[in-house]
Amino acid sequence: MRILENLLYTNDHEWIRVEGNEAYIGITDYAQHALGDIVFVELPEVDAQFNAGDAFGVIESVKAAADIYIPVSARIIEVNEEISDDPSLVNKDAFENWMIKVELLDKSELDNLMTAKDYEEHCSKEE
Amino acid sequence: MYPYIPNTQDDERELLSNIGIDSIENLFEDIPESIKLNRRLNLNRPMSEIEVKNHIENLARKNKSTDELICFLGAGAYDHYIPSVIKHITSRAEFYTAYTPYQPEISQGTLQVIFEYQSMICSLTGMDVSNASMYDGATATAEAAFMACDNTRRNSIVVSKTVHPEIRRTLKTYLYFRGIEYVEVEDNDGVTDIEKLKAVVSNKTAGVIVQSPNFFGIIEDVTEIEKCVHENKGMLIMNVDPVSLALLKSPAEQGADIAVGEGQGLGSSLNYGGPYLGFMATTSKLMRKLPGRIVGQTEDVDGKRAFVLTLQAREQHIRRQKATSNICSNQAINALTAAIYLTTMGKKGLREVAVQSTQKAHYALNKLNNTGIYKPLFNKPFFKEFAVKCNSEIEKINQELLKNNIIGGYDLGKDYPDYTNSMLLCVTEKRTKNEIDTLVALMEGIR
Amino acid sequence: MKEYNKLIFEISREGRVGYSLPQIDVAERNLEEFIPKEFLRDKSPELPEVSEGDVVRHFTLLSNKNYGVDNGFYPLGSCTMKYNPKINEDMAALTEFTNLHPYQSEDTVQGALELMYDLSGKLAEISGMKAVTLQPAAGAHGEMTGLMIIKKYHEKRGDFKRKKIIVPDSAHGTNPASAAVVGFEIIEIKSTKDGAVDLENLKAVLDDEVAGLMLTNPSTLGLFEKNIKEIADLVHEAGGLLYYDGANMNAIMGIARPGDMGFDVVHLNLHKTFSTPHGGGGPGSGPVGVREDLVDFLPVPVIEKNGERYILNYNKPDSIGKIKSFYGNFGVMIKAYAYILSMGAEGLKKASEIAVLNANYLMKNLKEHYNLPINEICKHEFVLGGLGKEVNEVTTLDIAKRLLDYGYHPPTIYFPLIVDSAIMVEPTETESKETLDGFIDAMIKISVEAKEKPEILKGAPYNTPVRRLDEVKAARNPILKWSKE
Repeated sequence: MRILENLLYTNDHEWIRVEGNEAYIGITDYAQHALGDIVFVELPEVDAQFNAGDAFGVIESVKAAADIYIPVSARIIEVNEEISDDPSLVNKDAFENWMIKVELLDKSELDNLMTAKDYEEHCSKEE
Repeated sequence: MYPYIPNTQDDERELLSNIGIDSIENLFEDIPESIKLNRRLNLNRPMSEIEVKNHIENLARKNKSTDELICFLGAGAYDHYIPSVIKHITSRAEFYTAYTPYQPEISQGTLQVIFEYQSMICSLTGMDVSNASMYDGATATAEAAFMACDNTRRNSIVVSKTVHPEIRRTLKTYLYFRGIEYVEVEDNDGVTDIEKLKAVVSNKTAGVIVQSPNFFGIIEDVTEIEKCVHENKGMLIMNVDPVSLALLKSPAEQGADIAVGEGQGLGSSLNYGGPYLGFMATTSKLMRKLPGRIVGQTEDVDGKRAFVLTLQAREQHIRRQKATSNICSNQAINALTAAIYLTTMGKKGLREVAVQSTQKAHYALNKLNNTGIYKPLFNKPFFKEFAVKCNSEIEKINQELLKNNIIGGYDLGKDYPDYTNSMLLCVTEKRTKNEIDTLVALMEGIR
Repeated sequence: MKEYNKLIFEISREGRVGYSLPQIDVAERNLEEFIPKEFLRDKSPELPEVSEGDVVRHFTLLSNKNYGVDNGFYPLGSCTMKYNPKINEDMAALTEFTNLHPYQSEDTVQGALELMYDLSGKLAEISGMKAVTLQPAAGAHGEMTGLMIIKKYHEKRGDFKRKKIIVPDSAHGTNPASAAVVGFEIIEIKSTKDGAVDLENLKAVLDDEVAGLMLTNPSTLGLFEKNIKEIADLVHEAGGLLYYDGANMNAIMGIARPGDMGFDVVHLNLHKTFSTPHGGGGPGSGPVGVREDLVDFLPVPVIEKNGERYILNYNKPDSIGKIKSFYGNFGVMIKAYAYILSMGAEGLKKASEIAVLNANYLMKNLKEHYNLPINEICKHEFVLGGLGKEVNEVTTLDIAKRLLDYGYHPPTIYFPLIVDSAIMVEPTETESKETLDGFIDAMIKISVEAKEKPEILKGAPYNTPVRRLDEVKAARNPILKWSKE
């Protein structure tokens, strides 16, 4: 299982990469592995706004489906159409293939998220 | 003692001793005494096959079927001809004693049949995707309403009053309990009143439901309705008669987002109201919002073409409360029936059924009109059903007809107070000129 | 036998026909005289063109790729795949039943109404409820109907805050899905290790916003809920109602009744407990029974007996309304009725006793070879926990697929969700000791193969019309209909 150092993480296995006032969000390698072969990803409309913890999309494998939650309050700037067209990309590299690019609405919420080290511990408990 | 329970008393003893207990009662010790029945169920004693047969045949004899009676009644259940091949195929136990095809390797029969059924429903409706079927036309319509709400994230459904009363009642129940607004639009001369419809459709409307041919048999012009719904970014849900689609423009050609309907007319018996066949089809865009089972094509490890239940992440056994619907079963035997029917009738046969039905229906109305007693209630193009205004009570007319072994039409006054003393008649390809002439002569004689 | 792998569209030839209709005998007019051209379609829908013989052969060859109860043992947990008696089929095929229009006058359908009236009375007696509606078309539809009744009951009392339904995590997926359809919020409670309701967890969520609790008893682990009386009392004290999912009724007929356990609303599955065939996925039938003070909420029409005459009564102001067209899956009801007549009071009880005996026999003889999370007397079914990861990473799916090679339909797998790698086995009463022994042998052989030659299991099945399918491909790039190219 891969965990990248420079990202922040949630309990529900999303990651966020902050770049100034913007950020990229996706699901972790742990999550893609748990789901198995991903067959479908449903992503939100550009400009939609979400509060921290809201479900912004759905990810489906053959035998499972999961909501994807937004780690922090944000507005959608861009969605990654490539993974809508080929969801298997998420299986290939969950960190490279982000799902949404957002504008952060409250940067202080980032403090509630986990570091790579915390997240690693969190995953080992879930095993 | 019981032909369906093979284990003998010796077997029972052997099983008990193998398990290591003394008696069958011991197997039920976990049930608290206070809630045990401890008496015999108050039911019949076991009956032999001969007795069962006699008992049920006695009940059957108290009915008068459409074998004895000539049926001019439609209103959502149709006396179309059912080719003999259907019962021979549907009574194959490999089909009817199988479970849902969750193990595709030994269920290719059911799966391919459903795939073919889906393909034919798509052909008829012009839509991209069909599910494997639903309980009936009414519940399929209600499911379509839910789908429109889910997809638009809106909470109001507009329904034309020309939609079948059974469907509207079912919709009302479904929508009420889910907390969705139900808005009804009056008819104008037997078709949806477009002005009244425009007045209630807004950017809060998730979907508009129209039926065509509608409950009165009339072909609705949905051009304006379609414009109005889509301008407001709602979904157009069309309930259609699949037999009519051999002739009439498909829902897809008319801009429908979801097509639903009652498929009983595709080879299923009248069966006193069920089991019937709800069909449902939609656009590729809405594919993953579709409720119920769907079969898809794939291949096995050897590269052989094969079929499998797919897009299952929408369904209750995976998604639980977030599923697109709670539906689990489909009407697989009725879907099989429809597939056999559409195959047997084929491209030409289905058209012939539709043409004969509509020709004979028009002949019948013409004849009735010529009596001078019965007048068309509406002056609109219709398919195989039409409404006539009568001078006497419908119940009285129907009683007279029944004395002559004819099942008369549906009493419209029951659901439409404005249309009392009006009767909805249906003429399928099964009716002969002679039967129609008899009907007209008898009706002419009723004063 | 030669393999058949054609779609009906692929054997279609222009000009071939499979139908025969009489010549039209009324004077034909040009269609456009009465249907304006803009309503007519330009091109006939694409349907197959084949002869009658082609039709029969095509579908017969497809049927050969299926496996039904008539082909062999089908120990699918929670599905009650018992034998489907043939007299039932004959009775349902009587033309005085099949050829009845639902709107025919009551005078001409007295036999049909009497049958339905009598059947609902029998089901009320079996379930211990006051009255039963036959209208729901399936189990899930019954759940929906029952939950609507529960909602209506609270509303009628002027209590509009009860928006929650409690569902144990061991429940069938339809339970939470049905509650959602009826507009309830779902509270899932964790079960105890042995799959029972955890009373503490239940107490923690019971409040005046709870409309009811949905329960399967025996549970999906095949165990009787011993605390059922206490559960019922707790729910009732909190003002909620208790809903019975009848999927597992085959364990207790004539022995205990949901009504006597304190359940207020019950659905039964005629296609499980009452021997009507599953049809490859339906039609089913899911009658709903209620206690006395809920009778007025049942869907319309209600079949009533008025002197010697049976009538359809629509005049029920408190009814939840209509839940489908007409009166339910009548054709299915006839089969269940024939079954109850055949079995009688004694036979139904016997069926449950032997169903439970057979399940315990299988459990006893499989537990040495497979994980058994709960080792106590079961009811009509039990749940194994696969072989465990230590056995060469052989999965429950591998075991199921290998069973196909041995000629058995596998048990239900990966359900209930609370048991890891679940294998849920329900033999039913209609199987002989020899059949059970054969199945035990096959299961033992597979457990040995798993240890010695696991690659055999990974590649299974081998002897089926097709082998393991690429489900990922099917879901990623859905092909859901035939197209010409």
